[in-house]
Amino acid sequence: MLNELYQETILDHGRKPRNFGLLPMVTHCAEGHNPLCGDQIRVHLLIEDDTIQDISFEGCGCAISLASASLMSSAIKGKKVGEALGLFERFHATVTNASDEELGIGDLDCLIGVRDHANRIKCATLAWHALKVAVQSPVTQSQELP
Amino acid sequence: MMTNTSLLDQFPLLKEKVRGHRLAYLDNAATTQKPLPVLEEMDRIYRTLNANVHRGVHTLSQQATDAFEEARAKVARFIKASEPAEVIFTKGCTESINLVAQSWGLANLKPGDEILLSHGEHHANIVPWQLAAERCGAVVRPIPIFESGELDLKALSEMVSSKTKVVGIKHVCNALGTINPIAEVVRLAHSVGAICIVDGAQGLAHEPVDVQAWGVDFYAMSAHKTYGPMGVGALYGKRSLLESMPPFMGGGDMIRTVSFDGTTFNEIPNKFEPGTPNVPGVVGFGAALDWLAAFGLPQATAIENDLADRAAAELSSLPGVVLRGTASQKVGIVSFTLDSVHPHDIGTILDSEGVAVRTGHHCCMPLMRRLNVPATVRASFALYNQPEDVEALIKGVQKVQKIFA
Ligand SMILES: Cc1ncc(COP(=O)(O)O)c(C=O)c1O
Repeated sequence: MLNELYQETILDHGRKPRNFGLLPMVTHCAEGHNPLCGDQIRVHLLIEDDTIQDISFEGCGCAISLASASLMSSAIKGKKVGEALGLFERFHATVTNASDEELGIGDLDCLIGVRDHANRIKCATLAWHALKVAVQSPVTQSQELP
Repeated sequence: MMTNTSLLDQFPLLKEKVRGHRLAYLDNAATTQKPLPVLEEMDRIYRTLNANVHRGVHTLSQQATDAFEEARAKVARFIKASEPAEVIFTKGCTESINLVAQSWGLANLKPGDEILLSHGEHHANIVPWQLAAERCGAVVRPIPIFESGELDLKALSEMVSSKTKVVGIKHVCNALGTINPIAEVVRLAHSVGAICIVDGAQGLAHEPVDVQAWGVDFYAMSAHKTYGPMGVGALYGKRSLLESMPPFMGGGDMIRTVSFDGTTFNEIPNKFEPGTPNVPGVVGFGAALDWLAAFGLPQATAIENDLADRAAAELSSLPGVVLRGTASQKVGIVSFTLDSVHPHDIGTILDSEGVAVRTGHHCCMPLMRRLNVPATVRASFALYNQPEDVEALIKGVQKVQKIFA
């Protein structure tokens, strides 16, 4: 059961998160916080023409939350905002067991293992929740400065 | 002392399997398991003594009241209070501290007054004081602690002043296991006329308590961390203080006379116990203390410390493991981190091996920040733990290392 959760893909993304850090240009940004374990993830977006042209994240957390943020960033880069949020809905339904449907979206599938660890679902969805807030949170001029 | 097998027979839950493995329950600082005699005593109350307390003239009500008051006397004896009336039953340590902060605090704190709390306090002994301080214009200041988890007594001696009104400290640290020097802290608090409140949540089951020898003003307890039921606890307070304090909550039982022109309040302890109490819980609390006393507190701590020492020694020999909390005076709690592996990942992998530990900030966020870690893994021992539990823990951590290699 555990081998399903701590797969090589997750360990790899947890160790070397993709799109980690800041972006040269940011239009939207928000932070997700899991008070239970102290995980914190900040998502930066460059949205143009309703499309996520670029994405990065920063923060600290367990392997599951970092891998999930990393996988999310890779999965939604270049997608329309609506598509990205739709993906979150499917992802959420899958990891919370509400749906039997396999995601069929490549690497994101590897997080399905959290189903068997209910107390880790928050870790797997933290970045996604931050994303959902971020798309509605345009940064002001002052926030844009590093 | 009972033999170890007959001891384990009293804890059926410990024989359950978790994820296909023998359960190694090392989360005793969160809550201990409850021995059968405690469960049976609580059951007996509902089956044979169920009546409301302090109100009926009928026999059953009197018997229930007697059992309830006997439990109060047991708690008083266990912590060496001078009389049972100094023991107030609450729903737990958290409520006990809130009672003091809201009743004593709001009645006595003034703008500019200082509340000194150790940097290592549990949120339960921080937040109630912040709430009271906000209402009164008082200030909450942290008492420094060392990296080892030990309190900086010298810093405290320099911090106390005529502004100090409250000094708050936990008897035993839930996150690191440090045993704090209560008598010393009380002495420093009293040297400037401040009260000293001790959070005894982690102390009661592992360390002898002597509220009179220490001179402590308040001592807060939870039954469930001492082999008793959840949802019950107690507050010890000195008679003179409790008598001077306004009620915390109003209702039946806590009054002497009520009219719409005004109400006069009952004597302690009833003044602080409005409404129908958790009678089986309170009686179970008393039974748990009896049970622990019969086992022997020194015997219990000897077992716990031995296992914790073994665990600490084996863990520190594993590459990348850093033990957190290295005070010389500790109970059987081992807190650690492992390289760059997050404690939650460690916790999940240990769980898959049947090992139950706590991972996180242990409701001590200021302490975690002080130690510069987001969280730790904590193995906390109780008197029923076995060498196999340590072995399972070590094996589990080695598995973590293999996965994250
Ligand atoms: C040191 C300390 N204080 C207070 C508490 C709160 O106890 P309870 O939740 O039983 O009220 C705990 C429990 O985790 C604790 O460890």
